[in-house]
Amino acid sequence: MATLEKPNQYKVIGTSPLRHDGVDKVTGRAAFGADIRLPGMLYGAVLRSPHAHAKILSIDTSEVEKLHGVHAVVTAKDLPDLESRVVELGEGVINRKYQSNNVLARDKVLYFGHAVAAVAATSLHVAKEALDLIRVEYEVLSPVLDVRKAMETGSPILLEDLRTDEFGKKGETRTNIAGHYKDACGDVEKGFREAKFIVEREFVTKMVHQGYIEPQNATAQYNPDGQITIWCSTQGSFGVREQVAEILEVPVSDIRVIPMEIGGGFGGKIGVYLEPLAVLLSRKSGYRPVKLTMDRSEVLAATGPTSGSYIKIKMGADANGRITAAEALLVYEAGAYPGSPVGAGMGVILAPYRIENGVVEGYDVVVNKPRTAAYRAPGGTNAAFAAETVIDELAERLGLDPIEFRLLNASKEGDRRVNGSAHKRIGFVETLQAAKESAHYQAPLTGPRTGRGVASGYWGNYGGKSSASASVNEDGTVSLLEGSVDIGGTRTSLAMQLAETLGIPAEDVRPVVADTDSIGYTEGTYGSRTTFATGWAVYETAKGLIEKLKERAAILWEVEKDKVNFENGVFFSSEEKLTFKELAEKLDETGGPVVASAAVQPKGYGPGFATHIVDVEVDPETGKVDILRYTAVQDVGKAIYPAYVESQIQGGVAQGIGWGLNEEYLYDEQGRLLNASWLDYRMPVALDLPMIDTILIEVANPGHPYGARGVGEVPIVPPPAAIANAIHNAIGVRLTELPMSPARVVDGLK
Amino acid sequence: MQSFDYEAPQGISEVIQLLAGKNGGARILAGGTDLLVQLREGRRNARLVIDVKNIPELTQITFDPKNGLRIGAATSCSQICSDPNVSEHFPGLVDAIHLIGGVQIQNRASVGGNLCNASPAADAIPALIVHEAVCHITGLNGTRTLPVEEFCVAPGKNALESGEFLTSISIPTTKERFGAGYLRFIPRNEMDIAVVGAGASVVLDSDRKRFVSARIALGAVAPTPLLASDAGAFLAGKAVTRENVKEAARMAQAVAKPITDLRGTAEHRKHLCAVLVERALDKAIERAGGHYAE
Ligand SMILES: Cc1cc2nc3c(=O)[nH]c(=O)nc-3n(C[C@H](O)[C@H](O)[C@H](O)COP(=O)(O)OP(=O)(O)OC[C@H]3O[C@@H](n4cnc5c(N)ncnc54)[C@H](O)[C@@H]3O)c2cc1C
Repeated sequence: MATLEKPNQYKVIGTSPLRHDGVDKVTGRAAFGADIRLPGMLYGAVLRSPHAHAKILSIDTSEVEKLHGVHAVVTAKDLPDLESRVVELGEGVINRKYQSNNVLARDKVLYFGHAVAAVAATSLHVAKEALDLIRVEYEVLSPVLDVRKAMETGSPILLEDLRTDEFGKKGETRTNIAGHYKDACGDVEKGFREAKFIVEREFVTKMVHQGYIEPQNATAQYNPDGQITIWCSTQGSFGVREQVAEILEVPVSDIRVIPMEIGGGFGGKIGVYLEPLAVLLSRKSGYRPVKLTMDRSEVLAATGPTSGSYIKIKMGADANGRITAAEALLVYEAGAYPGSPVGAGMGVILAPYRIENGVVEGYDVVVNKPRTAAYRAPGGTNAAFAAETVIDELAERLGLDPIEFRLLNASKEGDRRVNGSAHKRIGFVETLQAAKESAHYQAPLTGPRTGRGVASGYWGNYGGKSSASASVNEDGTVSLLEGSVDIGGTRTSLAMQLAETLGIPAEDVRPVVADTDSIGYTEGTYGSRTTFATGWAVYETAKGLIEKLKERAAILWEVEKDKVNFENGVFFSSEEKLTFKELAEKLDETGGPVVASAAVQPKGYGPGFATHIVDVEVDPETGKVDILRYTAVQDVGKAIYPAYVESQIQGGVAQGIGWGLNEEYLYDEQGRLLNASWLDYRMPVALDLPMIDTILIEVANPGHPYGARGVGEVPIVPPPAAIANAIHNAIGVRLTELPMSPARVVDGLK
Repeated sequence: MQSFDYEAPQGISEVIQLLAGKNGGARILAGGTDLLVQLREGRRNARLVIDVKNIPELTQITFDPKNGLRIGAATSCSQICSDPNVSEHFPGLVDAIHLIGGVQIQNRASVGGNLCNASPAADAIPALIVHEAVCHITGLNGTRTLPVEEFCVAPGKNALESGEFLTSISIPTTKERFGAGYLRFIPRNEMDIAVVGAGASVVLDSDRKRFVSARIALGAVAPTPLLASDAGAFLAGKAVTRENVKEAARMAQAVAKPITDLRGTAEHRKHLCAVLVERALDKAIERAGGHYAE
């Protein structure tokens, strides 16, 4: 890892203290959802559809109820039949009726693996046996698996009530097109007339999964008084509370969600799947706690992958290398219910460049595959794969170095995007310059059949609502409660911001992730928001503590409060001084405990930009692509904990490489998922990846007290495009379909 | 998963009795790395599972220069790979066995299980075929032998009759100037099932410039692992040239009848046959001390 030389003006921020949850995690003591064991607990299992598209004619559970050890069976009849209503859900929107139908299919099953019924029994073995006794009668319908076929008139219809949201107005006919969106600026025809070179290409990408290591799980206790407790693996405990309240039509205040440690989410653990079932089963089994866990094939078949897509993009540049016009069409698979990240993809596709004449159009289309969920920079990777390949080709036509060409067109502060919004202070140019000067880019490429590729990427990041509260202990440490589930080490990055503000060591802060009854409302850990937004809450909390501690010092010193100053962890007046720790010991004499809390909704989040360089080696006989060297350059604002920032980047790149080379959902013609296992859903393994080098650029975000920008998402945006460009550099073939699997490489060479 | 009974007998005769008693409802358990997965997923059923790992003959490796190598059917892959005689005399076999799963799988999985499971993509089988390995089978009617290339009859089906089981696999001592190699293609660098597997063995003449004989076998390109006998026969008596090797690879490719499935397309598999056979022959020739004529 390299950080561009700049002295660190902070004491705690920018250092690497021991992580607070480290010992629990490395000793296996950290408690994940599957570790929950409660007295009298029952085990649940879910019956899933073997068909991709079918009407449910009847469900007969009478045999199951007779099986010894079975305590409850639920079907959609046990859920309220909800009216359509669209609500926001971290990094996307969802219709509550559809979400209820996704949790348990009501009239129709819409994908292979769609939940149809659930049972609770004394053991998992009995629960699974019980599933075999449920009789479901289906009328099988033709599945719609291709996003462009789904758009054709005459295609089988998935949702009878679906009408196209056409630029904000509802259409009138039955359709699979849930939404049609458009952004435009300037005069595209004029722009293309000014172009010397025009490149137009079509791209296809496949559905891919987040691939978190920990499967979904939920345990629920429904009490006779209607109070509900849920233990689960989620990115956002308050989001679970809201969704369960909506789906079951109970007040949010009746639900307490206790977030357990989480083994990865990447956007896939925002929406609920098992939680409402666990609650219903607990209620129906006479208030016994019920635990549900998915196995890997359930995770792959039935939880949020991200969209496959069809993208067409046309770009023109004049003889000076200026992009004169760009036109893009993005068609994204939503899966069974509306809500693909096509909007986000539209935002990403041209964002790094100054485009005076541009049109970006998008379609959100339902198909008989699982309802998509957010996945790390949702929709961004598909979009950048298309745009950055075309950028590379334009550079080639112009005879320009691909980084030079990007520098000529790079967006800066004040430049407007196609949707009209202006960039704030961003560090895209800085990433390009650092990439150009990097040891990697300067090193000659060696060996036959090797190639180098470059690609850039953008992600907007997010702010959102967060709360924190802190109390000062008499030994000078501070207990910190926060509502953000810790996925990537945020306990520590938040504790560090509190410590920095209070002028104490990070080790003196004890961060705890609190449940929904113990902390103020906090949105989920998504949108690269936690270090930024919950960081703000922690910063404000620290400021609150300082104010209260100044009052205590004033009492001790018998001076006015405004005579007490605070700097570097020391309270002082003209005559007196006390360190934070010394003052903490004197709280009892000055009025007792000191606590502070803050709730925030900061808007000053700053987008992240990245430029990646990759070297590949292609075996032209087998079509296999090996990654030889990888460098990711990223504007991170301020790296609060540099080693975590680096890991976020490496993780994003690893996922992007998998998406680029081998990962894809493989369906047969009936829409049955063929590769619902780690063996056959080919994520990269350790031997597939080189060391991923990072270069952290710190262009401070003016909207955060310590300059932090979100860092977790943008690193997954450039990899497939960078690899495609490297493959082209190695063997002269432009691949336009993901994944760029060996068979596709061999085909390309024909 | 359905419930089943479990037995772990100490001797071969008990196994015969147990198999006979269940009339087809019993299954042999070696490492269980195929069987347990299949039982759990409901792809196979068993009323009785017979663990054969307590039977000394089934977990032994013996070697003598005259009679060759004998591997008990339930011997684990790691035991085979760490056997000094195997690594010295049969590196081409180690190529294949070493590929089966990771360390944990290697510690359980057996070559007998790999063979009896009769997967078209099983890594050990093409390697066994090019080593002219023979299956030793026991049942109520006594013992019999069968060349490995005749053992698999369809995907997941082997030539064992009801009541029979595999006790060991033997490989004759290799001739002088013998060399063998196995390799497979997978899209990742580990943790995958062969898209195509290819094994080859050669015996060279005293100058090491001509083939005396050759055997070529392919995996994952037909309902069973395939001995490409014509391609091997073609090389007998021919000079060790790139052209001849490429022609043999083309002949092997011609007998392959791959399908498209989740692990690869028919077209790509067919293409890979020629590539891999050539590379397997390269390995075999190198191990036999041969080199290509200019
Ligand atoms: C994670 C993982 C990775 C794997 N990777 C590979 C790989 O890379 N390459 C590969 O080829 N395979 C692979 N496999 C499959 C499997 O490990 C191998 O096929 C292994 O050799 C099977 O041996 P076993 O002893 O575990 O067989 P078992 O599961 O014990 O038996 C397999 C079958 O053979 C029958 N059987 C076993 N022994 C006898 C006998 N003596 N007589 C009659 N019938 C018998 C059993 O009843 C069963 O039907 C993998 C499996 C897993 C789980």
